Amino acid sequence: MTGETCKTSRSSEDKIIEIDCLHKWFGDLHVLNGISLTVFRGERIVICGPSGSGKSTLIRCINRLEEHQKGRIMVDGIELTGNLKNIEKIREEVGMVFQHFNLFPHLTILENLALGPIWVRKVPKKEAEETAMYYLEKVHIAEQAKKYPGQLSGGQQQRVAIARSLCMKPKIMLFDEPTSALDPEMVKEVLDVMINLAEEGMTMIVVSHEMGFAKSVAHRVLFMDFGQIVEENTPQVFFDCPQHDRTKLFLSQILH
Amino acid sequence: MVKPGKNSIQGEGLRAPVIRIGLLQWAKTNLFNGVLNSILTIATLFLLYKVVPPFVRWAFIDSLWFSSAEQCRAGSGACWSIIPANIRFIIFGFYPHELHWRPLVAMIMLVALLFYSKNRDHWRPSLGYIWIAGLSTMGILMRGGLFGLTPVDSDKWGGLPLTLMLSFFGMFAAYPLGVLLALGRRSKMPAVKTICVLYIELIRGVPLISLLFMSAVLFPLFFPEGLTVNKIIRAQAAIILFTAAYIAEVVRGGLQAITRGQYEAAESLGLNYVQKMRLIVLPQALKIVIPPTVGILISAFKDTSLVVIIALYDVLKTTKSALANPSWMGFSPEAYLFVALIYFVCCFSMSNYSRRLEKELHT
Repeated sequence: MTGETCKTSRSSEDKIIEIDCLHKWFGDLHVLNGISLTVFRGERIVICGPSGSGKSTLIRCINRLEEHQKGRIMVDGIELTGNLKNIEKIREEVGMVFQHFNLFPHLTILENLALGPIWVRKVPKKEAEETAMYYLEKVHIAEQAKKYPGQLSGGQQQRVAIARSLCMKPKIMLFDEPTSALDPEMVKEVLDVMINLAEEGMTMIVVSHEMGFAKSVAHRVLFMDFGQIVEENTPQVFFDCPQHDRTKLFLSQILH
Repeated sequence: MVKPGKNSIQGEGLRAPVIRIGLLQWAKTNLFNGVLNSILTIATLFLLYKVVPPFVRWAFIDSLWFSSAEQCRAGSGACWSIIPANIRFIIFGFYPHELHWRPLVAMIMLVALLFYSKNRDHWRPSLGYIWIAGLSTMGILMRGGLFGLTPVDSDKWGGLPLTLMLSFFGMFAAYPLGVLLALGRRSKMPAVKTICVLYIELIRGVPLISLLFMSAVLFPLFFPEGLTVNKIIRAQAAIILFTAAYIAEVVRGGLQAITRGQYEAAESLGLNYVQKMRLIVLPQALKIVIPPTVGILISAFKDTSLVVIIALYDVLKTTKSALANPSWMGFSPEAYLFVALIYFVCCFSMSNYSRRLEKELHT
């Protein structure tokens, strides 16, 4: 499926994200050019591509950190428009992990994690803290609960960021280049957490250059360039026989 | 033997050598380590020699502290006696003489409450109630009319209680108003944004004195016949509105300093606008701008002296009036030094507290 077709052909109740003919401009720059994508529950998608191709913008449109001008986005049956109520409902179900972690520096790790459940899901404080400790243990960082983000290393902060999103028990997790700001040593610890998450059946959309991760865990790999999805396939087909020249060029540059 | 610990590198814990420098050595390396520095040092020492001993002689050695005006004129030193002789007028203004205990108790209560609130452990909801009770008591003490206290019209309020009242309420109300204005100015809603911009730019464009004039002269023209608003309240409103505009801009700077990622992380978690600002953005932004905010508040404290223009007797005006007395005329340096000391004590305490607060918040 390329970016030109504007009608999705499968119909199934399992669709969790439906993007239909999406266009977005930053001023005059046409950054998303007719994107259509359907993501099914439990699916793991890796999006790769050169800088400026629109991959981060695409996933940021899914939780309305960016507004699209044309086209339709449906998340878990709710349409993403300017309607604030819908946006907030969608954001409760979509977790996001950023390249630069974005932990709240004035709160302890435990407070960082408990904040969402307490204030958005209205969970009592004790229960929120128990959930927080559970997820901290899951990402192997429970002993740092009382520390502040500034006292942790990059890899630890990113794992905390993942745990923070998980505390909201989202249906979808978006990752915007989660390991791009990390030392090579720390990349593995974060990828391990993401692989664990994948094995538990979380729906994940990951923008990343970690091709090893894509090969081992992704259901589909997308290649984007100039705001369009150039190629979309299972990892085996994508890496072994890429069909477009642009994809071949890109892969030859990043795989050694 | 040094035990290997977290800070030792490769097991060999080496400590930095301790160097003791004598005073002469220090003076040689810091004050006389070159021609220019030596010249500056000598010039400074000479200046100090010219200024300090005469001042000390005037202020402390030859000075008179509790004498009468005639004895002061006969002497050559500072006449600090002007202060004890006029202290009650300087501090309390025209407040009835026999009732001075009331503003005194009110001021002590205010200072006590402020000291209590200094400690961040006390920042609980109960603190709000304590303040409300305290402020009501202070109001009753000053006003009278209840509990058998003789009523004292607010026209008679003056001196230090008036200065403290105008500055305290000024700061207390201007700060949240300023924060709201800053948030409003950054809002995407055009009406809110325009109103906030207009307010801030108009208020910042005029001196406080002109606002005080307007509050005293212009606003009564708009009020219906017979409705007169207390002059102190009008002055207080002018001070609040003025200070809020400056606080707004400083807070806006702080809001801009918070990286977009913080806003986005808060939004991704599903926090709404109020939660995002209250829990994530404002705690960080307000902390960053403590230095300029305290600067504005200190200025606001000193700006209360401008109410002299609308015939309110703050502590500076009462001091000036004490000097108008023919027997004490001519001793203005002593009187103004005293009132400067009062201002200094208050402003320095605020400054000191802000430094302590910053230190605490950075842990």
